[in-house]
Amino acid sequence: MARRGRRRRRRAENIAGWGFASPTVLLVLVLTFVPMGWAFVLSFQHNDLISPPHSVGLANYKALPNDSELRQAISNTVYFTLAVVPLELILGLGVAIMLNQRIRLKSFYRTCFLVPFIASAAAEGILFTFIFDPNFGAVNSLLHGMGFTRQGFLENPDQALYVMAAVYLWGYIGLNIVIYSAALQDVSAEVLEAAAIDGAGAWARFRHVILPTVAPQTVFLAIWGLIDSLQLFDLIYATTKGGPLHATETVAYYIYDLVFGGVFFAAGYGAAVSVGLFGFTLIVVVLVSVLERRTYGAQL
Amino acid sequence: MSDVAVGSSRPAAATLKAPRRRRLPFSAWHLVLMPMALMMVLPLVWMIDTSFMTAAEINRYPPALIPGGFSLAGYREVLQNSDYPRWFVNSVIVSGIVVLSQLLLCSMAGYAFARVRFVGRRVVLIALLATLVVPFQVTVIPLFILLHDVGLIDNLAGLIVPYLTTVFGVFLLRQFFINLPVEMEEAARIDGCSQWGVFWKVMLPLSKPALAALAVITFLDSWNNLTWPLIAITNSHSYTVQVGLTSFQSQHHVEWAAVNAADVMTTVPVFIVFIIGQKYFVQALSGAIKG
Repeated sequence: MARRGRRRRRRAENIAGWGFASPTVLLVLVLTFVPMGWAFVLSFQHNDLISPPHSVGLANYKALPNDSELRQAISNTVYFTLAVVPLELILGLGVAIMLNQRIRLKSFYRTCFLVPFIASAAAEGILFTFIFDPNFGAVNSLLHGMGFTRQGFLENPDQALYVMAAVYLWGYIGLNIVIYSAALQDVSAEVLEAAAIDGAGAWARFRHVILPTVAPQTVFLAIWGLIDSLQLFDLIYATTKGGPLHATETVAYYIYDLVFGGVFFAAGYGAAVSVGLFGFTLIVVVLVSVLERRTYGAQL
Repeated sequence: MSDVAVGSSRPAAATLKAPRRRRLPFSAWHLVLMPMALMMVLPLVWMIDTSFMTAAEINRYPPALIPGGFSLAGYREVLQNSDYPRWFVNSVIVSGIVVLSQLLLCSMAGYAFARVRFVGRRVVLIALLATLVVPFQVTVIPLFILLHDVGLIDNLAGLIVPYLTTVFGVFLLRQFFINLPVEMEEAARIDGCSQWGVFWKVMLPLSKPALAALAVITFLDSWNNLTWPLIAITNSHSYTVQVGLTSFQSQHHVEWAAVNAADVMTTVPVFIVFIIGQKYFVQALSGAIKG
């Protein structure tokens, strides 16, 4: 009797569990897993979305190393990521620590820092195209008023990527500040005071009390930040469209341009580039996780 | 300490305290925080400011800092001479349906993964979470072909279907449900409530903060989405506000007052939602990572 009851209950749990989960599971299966496999298949094809596709073996992958535009896009993406991710973490933690002091206007500051994060990439892109406009942008007027020469900013190939990084940082940093702020609530004031009494200076307290406490958040934010900047597309589309002279073209933008942006739909080759991007993202994420485990032990 | 050495006749304790207070009437942190906060906000203030200027005021050199009057020319231009009102309605429809759908589907799945002991739940959850690392660029090409074949390209439904549920939303609610006490659920079960009844009548009413957070995050995400609508919509009648906004930029002559007016109108809805839901938004974002 008891066994049959248990079995019946287990069956009921299975039905209920799968019943609740199945809409999501089915949708993710059809809209993410199937496309993932499909992208892999596409990457071995010549496919222009119009004429019937045919297999070309490894030809798409073999063409990757000789693609100079891709090489430029990879270098832009890597430089951008290397510039932006460490700054996100340092500034995010720095501001969060300042907001954790006994000061006034805390919620005012928090709102100020978070507001750019909720504005859309399109809105930000258009706003900063206007602000950095070489002719009648606010920044150049300001520079000129202070006696400096006007700059090309987004229209200067040597400056555009840096300006993009600054704009991106402006819109992104709020996330890190909020998450670090919440994490700092867990750094107990007593421990900090005890450390101070024991003679730990500000740096020692930061290094040995604050940093270890926020380590899980740092790992999460590093991975999240890496994924986000390695896939940067929308802000580029809304500002420079990869220009001038491909100076701000990212890998994600290049894929869009290959498949959807031009006259030809290079879906097969674009898929090969996207599989490469996937592989690279995966390697970076795994590396960061391994590094984290080495440094802080298996906390996560 | 050097202040003491300078040698005023006052007792040392008082000298230690007093100069500090005299130098700065507020915490020194404000000297760093205030300029940074202004840098965050000023571009947005400038956007609102210029949206009320006339073309002459914007094109003047140096540009006017404060508009001479509240010129609504930019707004009038966008609302009367472009499809902007229609794009706005499109965005409201898409975001509205996506939010409702995610509230239902993500909370159902989140509840199942948190509370129901069904076969395969661990494997399935891990498989779902693994998709978070997959770049959208990988799935977007086949997704386009797939939706094209079923006739959902250039169709608002094509903007909705891929976002009916998200792994992020499922995970967010799972983390919330896991931390709810089991007692109420068990009491309801003993009273003869079905699993669906427990979920619908007991769990959902308890999870209003988490649902509010998901609604805010989903709305921001859906309203602000540029990449997918840009690919899935070619007909300008079906644009969302974000795609419409970028389409102004491709025009030869950019009317900045009008573009900034459109920028403001596109951003106002997310501000309103954010101000209402800021508390939940912040709680959920920080809570999801701790879990």
